[in-house]
Amino acid sequence: MSEFVYDAKDFKSSTEVRWCPGCGDHAILNAIQRAMASLGNKISDYAIISGIGCSSRFPYYMNTFGFHTIHGRASAIASGVKSANPKLHVWQITGDGDALAIGGNHFIHLVRRNIDINVILFNNKIYGLTKGQYSPTTDRGFKTKSSPFGTVEDPFVPGQLVLGARGTFFARAIDGNLKMSQEIFVEAAGHKGTSIVEVLQNCVIFNSGIHEEITKGDNREDKQIYLKHGEKMIFGVNKDKGIVFEQGKLKAVTIGADGYTLDDILVHDAKEQTTYLHSALIDMALPELPVAFGVIRAVEAPVYDQAMAEQIHQVQEKRKISCVDELLRSGNTWEV
Amino acid sequence: MTKESKVIELEEVAIRFSGDSGDGMQLTGTLFSDATALVGNDFSTFPDYPSEIRAPQGTVGGVSGFQVHFGKNKINTPGDKAHVLVAMNPAAIKANAKFLMPSATIIYDSDSFTEKNFQKAKFATNDPFTELGLIDFTKIGVPITSLTKEALIDSDMDNKAVLRSKNMLALGLVSWIFNRPLEIIEEALAAKFGKNPTVLQSNIDVLHAGYNYGMNMEHETPQYLVPSGEIEKGIYRNISGNQATAWGFIAAAEKAGIELFLGSYPITPATDILHTLSERKDLGVKTFQAEDEIAGICSAIGASYAGALGITTTSGPGLALKSEAIGLAVMAELPLVVVDVQRGGPSTGLPTKTEQSDLMQSLWGRSGESPVVVLAASSPSDCFHYAYMASKIAIERMTPVILLTDGFLGNGSEPWKIPSMADMPPITKRMAVSQETYKPYRRPDNTLAREWAIPGMEGFEHRIGGLEKDENGAVSHVPENHQLMCELRAEKVARCVDFVPNLETKGCTEGDVLIVGWGGTFGHLVSATRDLNLLGKKVGLAHFNYINPLPANTADVFSKYKKIVVCELNLGQFVSYLRYMLPQFKYLQYNKIQGMPFAVEDIKENVLKILED
Repeated sequence: MSEFVYDAKDFKSSTEVRWCPGCGDHAILNAIQRAMASLGNKISDYAIISGIGCSSRFPYYMNTFGFHTIHGRASAIASGVKSANPKLHVWQITGDGDALAIGGNHFIHLVRRNIDINVILFNNKIYGLTKGQYSPTTDRGFKTKSSPFGTVEDPFVPGQLVLGARGTFFARAIDGNLKMSQEIFVEAAGHKGTSIVEVLQNCVIFNSGIHEEITKGDNREDKQIYLKHGEKMIFGVNKDKGIVFEQGKLKAVTIGADGYTLDDILVHDAKEQTTYLHSALIDMALPELPVAFGVIRAVEAPVYDQAMAEQIHQVQEKRKISCVDELLRSGNTWEV
Repeated sequence: MTKESKVIELEEVAIRFSGDSGDGMQLTGTLFSDATALVGNDFSTFPDYPSEIRAPQGTVGGVSGFQVHFGKNKINTPGDKAHVLVAMNPAAIKANAKFLMPSATIIYDSDSFTEKNFQKAKFATNDPFTELGLIDFTKIGVPITSLTKEALIDSDMDNKAVLRSKNMLALGLVSWIFNRPLEIIEEALAAKFGKNPTVLQSNIDVLHAGYNYGMNMEHETPQYLVPSGEIEKGIYRNISGNQATAWGFIAAAEKAGIELFLGSYPITPATDILHTLSERKDLGVKTFQAEDEIAGICSAIGASYAGALGITTTSGPGLALKSEAIGLAVMAELPLVVVDVQRGGPSTGLPTKTEQSDLMQSLWGRSGESPVVVLAASSPSDCFHYAYMASKIAIERMTPVILLTDGFLGNGSEPWKIPSMADMPPITKRMAVSQETYKPYRRPDNTLAREWAIPGMEGFEHRIGGLEKDENGAVSHVPENHQLMCELRAEKVARCVDFVPNLETKGCTEGDVLIVGWGGTFGHLVSATRDLNLLGKKVGLAHFNYINPLPANTADVFSKYKKIVVCELNLGQFVSYLRYMLPQFKYLQYNKIQGMPFAVEDIKENVLKILED
């Protein structure tokens, strides 16, 4: 795999990074550059496609091929890039507005087709570049510039949208945890099909601290669980808490208390085709349950760009027409 | 067998097949055209069908028609009016009464003349001919339904399946009347129904029954003789505009040595281009049926970014949805061809009817200063050439190109002398060659077209996008840079005039009136010009295929006539454009916006009036 040896800085472009100081995007940029360096793919084989929004400036800061496109359409453009040349490593950088509001249709269809693209979805639950309106992931009742009395609508849960669109890969990361993000990006890159990574990201200007309930405090490990395929669902500052399945629901318990032992704790199976446990993991929320991070779902399914190429290959093996001159003379013709 | 006085010799004939939208009239017309081609007649076809798949049976709204115009000499249009109408029910007679030549022949299914069908077609009496004033017409009632049933009496097909073959009875009869060979029709039927021998055999049986009926009833049915004419030697095929468009793109991609990628969302009347390209996996064509019009063009832009020839196909409402993305392609300076098979608008408008009302949208329907090359095809078969040229310009000049066709061209068909790929002009990709000197927006002085560096090309990594850039590809908000880039993009498109041949007039090269047209009206306008010239009128035709940029000699041509009349199927879009581009001339205009092509007679009348004024 690693025929090309790179350092993270090889992926940095000379363009000055112009996100706000303290923005979560800086950390995600670092994590992606590190992940790409560790993957060992040729730099020139990367194409990074973005839409519009703060996060979509991302391609300018990468020393790869990059295309900063139009609002909401990155999924469709990336689909064309990857279908035209499946050898490329196509990454799509997007935000909660770009992917789930104006680009919602393209997003679900990308996931449904399972085109081999890695989508990094920066979720800060706010519109940053247009200066502070609510987004499709903003919580009900939240006050923003365009909802001064609080929103009267419920948000999308990105992971649920992915499951609903028959997604094959969904992971959740957080901007502040560089090591975890990097590991997850590497796994997303390895997945064949559309990989959706929701990164909880902090907008320091318009929505600062939106994820603080999960990320701050000495006891934050009690509020997060980092899921790994094949491992027990254990979490907590003292690694003594776990997730069990009881009466059709997930429940957080303390190992050794109330009769729960290590054997009761669920083992995470990201490769399970059915979605109900993955769905329950995506929905886990404070205060009853920790918020799930890591690769929640990674299942195998036919990949669109490969199937497209394979179909052409199969037809061409049996073809009667191999060039345009033959095509033009095929079927009903007559000579004068 | 003697035909005596029943043989009518004509240089050209137009036949209209007409029935319920489920009666198979489109197939009947297509098969008849194929047989016509084989006997050495030139022809032109025009399908006219409702937008409902199966509109209420027997009603005027549900009538589907297919007109074939063929003859000894060059046939430019499907014919204003038909010499022969084949009507499968009373509604078809009602719907087509105004499209008949004086004293035309009407062949109708006499079994369909029932109380119920008269009511459905909203006739007040049981005599539709008198009611419609079709007095001096040759009316031939043929029991098409019962003859069909009789022909299939030994078949074990159910009644519904039997009745589905009615169109073959009519086709067989018409084939006898016009001396068309049945063999080619049988071959085509075999190709269509080969997998279902029962259906194939029943169709052939009914076809022969119709032919034999004509022969046996010759005392009642006239027979027409349309001699074959002098046609340029070569191999020919029948081709529709949409098929020709699709094949033009495949040819261009092959010539350029790149992959063809179509991103498209189904829309009438453009969908057949998607169908035709989807069939061509054998030639490596990639087709992506997108979730919407926007994804159609965006996937094509992505494919072009990755090094393919990205194209997208649509009709007017879809072009509106693609506007923002076309702007991106203008900014990113990527090759892209957008086909608009125009239909009646605005909004859903008349989906199955033709119109030329997307010209302004194509030229200017985007935000910002957003110039694109605009081309328009003018016959079903030359869609091939213009799809090819649109691709050549897009690839060689790194620009989006809009190709306008219309429902009339897309669905219409005509014989086409098949070209050889060796004779097609070369297409040279502008691939970047030097990593050291590459800059995303560096341009040569002559064409101003940037170089194409695609992902995968080592050492050419760069970023492009919708934000304004400087020559180095860096985002730039510098005021002077924006002005410079806007002017460069406009000038780049203007210089595509290098590809535009000089305008050549038909008819008189100078004189009293110049008829000006563009796109799909060519056949009607050239016929009108020819007729006017035969009347001794000093009239010429300047027909435009290149809208932006215009041919370099346009003003020269215009200056050679006393009056100019711009004829188009809209309320005056091209004439407004000409008034803006070449304000030194005075333009008259003739506009029709009825979802129908021009009638040659109307053009003639209008020009004669201008000549008198």
